Order: sequence, then structure tokens, then C-alpha cells
Amino acid sequence: MGNAPKISVRGLRKSFGPKLVLDGIDLDVVIGESLVVIGGSGTGKSVMVKCILGLIEPDAGSIKIDGQEVVGLPESEREKLMGKFGMLFQGAALFDSLPVWENVAFALIEARGLERRKAKEIAIAKLASVGLGPEVGELRPSELSGGMQKRVGLARAIATEPEIIIFDEPTTGLDPIMADVINNLIVQCVRDLGATAVSITHDMASVRKIADRIAMIYKGRIIWSGAKDEIDRSGSPYVDQFIHGRADGPIKMEVRAL
Amino acid sequence: MLDFLARVGRVFLVFLDATGRLALFAIKAISSCFRPPFYPRLIARQMIDIGYYSLPVVGLTAIFTGMVLALQTHTGFSRFAAEGAVATVVVLSMTRELGPVIAALMVAGRIGASIAAEIGTMRVTDQIDALETLSTNPFKYLVVPRLLAGTVTVPALVLVADVIGVFGGFLVATYKLGFNPVSYINQTSDYLHSDDVMSGLIKAAVFGFIVALMGCYFGFHSRGGAQGVGAATTYAVVSASVMILLSDYLLTSALF
Repeated sequence: MGNAPKISVRGLRKSFGPKLVLDGIDLDVVIGESLVVIGGSGTGKSVMVKCILGLIEPDAGSIKIDGQEVVGLPESEREKLMGKFGMLFQGAALFDSLPVWENVAFALIEARGLERRKAKEIAIAKLASVGLGPEVGELRPSELSGGMQKRVGLARAIATEPEIIIFDEPTTGLDPIMADVINNLIVQCVRDLGATAVSITHDMASVRKIADRIAMIYKGRIIWSGAKDEIDRSGSPYVDQFIHGRADGPIKMEVRAL
Repeated sequence: MLDFLARVGRVFLVFLDATGRLALFAIKAISSCFRPPFYPRLIARQMIDIGYYSLPVVGLTAIFTGMVLALQTHTGFSRFAAEGAVATVVVLSMTRELGPVIAALMVAGRIGASIAAEIGTMRVTDQIDALETLSTNPFKYLVVPRLLAGTVTVPALVLVADVIGVFGGFLVATYKLGFNPVSYINQTSDYLHSDDVMSGLIKAAVFGFIVALMGCYFGFHSRGGAQGVGAATTYAVVSASVMILLSDYLLTSALF
């Protein structure tokens, strides 16, 4: 694991109308590190990773990938930059018009121009690496269970052997056993590829399994970050309340009285 | 009074905002048509969807339109003993006006809705974001093939609709109104100029572009799950239909 930041975020701000979502995020992720960003719903986790991916244009701030500023990057440059990324979406976001193997091989065929037969071989190998047989490759995404869709999404994310993989709520909606299977696969895939990983989740079992380092986001700011082992003695009442899932504490949910 | 003016002003500003967004979307879409990568397989698939699968509905509409046109023209023209012009009126109306407009409205209902629903569902399920993360430009992958297919295929559909519509008129005229088949056909071809057909095809290309553009635009900007996709579908069909009729008038004024 090196020390140079693979991803460096400084002063990232984003508002949607009057609602301030990101209020000056500062974050570094070093090469080969697995950072997990935790935080409640609506705290800005997804917006932050979408800004890193260039899917949302931030209002202010800087995002550097391998030292290169990527905010305001021209379209063609961004398409090239995306070659460094793999992304597992919360709902898997598989293309329902394509069979599973074409989903996995999509970037190989469309972005890298690989021959379809060769791309299919790679796709079948990637499906095997997430525990799915070749027969699954011929199915449509709508024929798969939630857990299988997540695994196909993971196979698609690693198909091009990216340098950075982003996991958006990888275990949401899965039973605890399947969630653990996905966590194990994430750890294994990231380790095998030597990739840098950024995950966002509020599933603490997932956090403890896949994180090297943890950052907590609250009201659009990183309020704590540290090594995985330090989270139980963070000294932050916000972190304590979150990891123990307590309703009482400094984090107030906006719930109207009955 | 001031309240009323403010309300009118707000509506006007919203209209300008929407028009500007649509214009920017169209410019980006058109410029993407000329920049690689190109996706010939997707263009071919869209041409089959838009053209081949729309043939039955366009054909049915065209034949009934031609038949009704022959009946109505005969009823009207017989009042001043001009029944002989039925064949000419049918062929000119079909090629210059009704063929393109009726086919385009059918395609707007069938294809505009389907494009908006498909792209809208991709938007709300993060599939469009996924395309971007897979180094694929969604404009070039989703919008360009549909725009090109719409622009190229609707004229071909209109050509078929013209033939079927004229044939519908021929059936009614010969079997119901007692016209001589040979003289009906002669009259149809004698008064038909290539300009009549060409102007209809130019209109059809514009209409095809409008249908695909509206479907893509509203699909691309749909928000909020199933309800958002449903709304996008409605907006796509309604706006495409209105724009077809509006541009029909403008094109007719310009071309004739």
C-alpha cells in the first residue's frame, strides 16, 4: 500500500436549490486502500461519489485522481478517465436489454473494442470469480435474484480490472448471509486486483469486513476518519451513536411528532 | 393586476427555460451524430423497431385514410360535378400531407412513448450513470442511434403509407363508387409530380427526427421512479404530436 493519494478531494461543495448537500468535503484515499464512508441517509454520501465519478458537477472544490484535476474535465477526457474506474451501483443498474454476459463484457466491447467472442470468455471468467456459472451469462438481469444481480454488478465492475472501484451500498436489500458473501467477494476482488476502493454504506457488518479506513459524513462534512480498529474508540459521540444505531444522541432524525 | 402579470411572466420564463434546454439537447445530440464512436448495430436495431414493427399500424391507418378520403372527396366534389378529380385529390393529399402526418403521429404514439419509457427507466434505475462509468457516452449510445433511425426510417414508412393510402382510395373508388380502374390509375399517375412525393418525404424526415428527439429528451430527464417515467412518456407523445403539426404548417409554408 503506497502513501500517494489516489483520490484527493478538497473543499467539495454541492447544493441542490436551497439544500446544501456537501459542505466542504476533504478526503484522501491512498493507493490500494479500502476506504468506507459511513453516514445516515441523505447526508451526502452518494452525491460525493457521484462528484468523484463526474456524474454530478460540484459547485466548488477540487477532485484529483492520480494528481490530475478532474473537475471540469472535457467529455472526451472524462470518458478516458472512466477507464480507471469500476462501479457497483446500489441497485446493480444492469442493462435489462442485454444478457448477463454482455452486461459484464460491456466496457470491454464498447469502450475497449474487444472482439465479442474474446470479451465473452473474459465475462464468463469474471462471473466465475463471483461464484456464478456460465449458464447465468445467458440469462437476462430480470431473471436473477437480488444477490445474483449484485454479484453480476460486481463482475461488471471488475471486468476491465480497474484501478479504483466504487461500491454504493453493496449489501443493501440483501439477507445477512448473502450480504456476507458479497462482502467476502468485495474483499477478495479488491485484493486480487490491488485496486483502491471507496465504499459507501450504513451496514456496520459490511464496514468492519471491507474497510481499511473509515470516514463518517454528517451534514455534508467529514466529521471523523480513522483506521477500522479505531472506530470503537473514536471519541466522537456522532460516530458512537451511528455505529451502535441509537435513536438518542447528537444526530437528530427529522421525525414529526404523532 | 400585478399578480396576473407576474404569473404570465413566470409561465413565459418557464417556457423559455424549457425551450432553451430542448435546443441545447438537440444541438448536443446532432453534434454527437458526427463524432465517433458509432454504433451501427444499435442503429440497425432501432431502424427495425421504428420502421419494420410500425408497418402494420401505419399501413392500417393509411388504408383507412385513403378510403375515407375517396368517399369524402366524392361526396364534396359531386356537388359541383367534379367527381373526376377524386383520384388526383386522393394521391396529392396522401403524398403531400396525410401520409407524412398520419404516419408520424402513429410513430409518435408507438415509438415516442417507447423511447421515453425505455430511456426514462434507464435514468431512474441508474443505468445511464452506469453507461458513463463504463466509459460509454450515453448520448452517442442511446440518443444518436434513435435520432438517425427515426430520421431515416420514417420517410421509408411514409412511402409505404402513400402507396397503401392511394390503394385504399382506389379500392373505394372502383368497388363502391363505380370508377373505371384503368382511368383511375391513369389519373393518379398523370397528376402526380415527383415534388409531391419528395416534399412529403422531407416532412417525414423532420417528423421522424422530432419523434425520436422528444422521446430521448423526456426520457433522459425523467425523475422520480415509475410516476416520472409515466409522465415522461406522456410529455414525449403530446409534445411530439404538437410539434409535428406545428412543423407541418411551417414546412408546408416553406416548401410550397
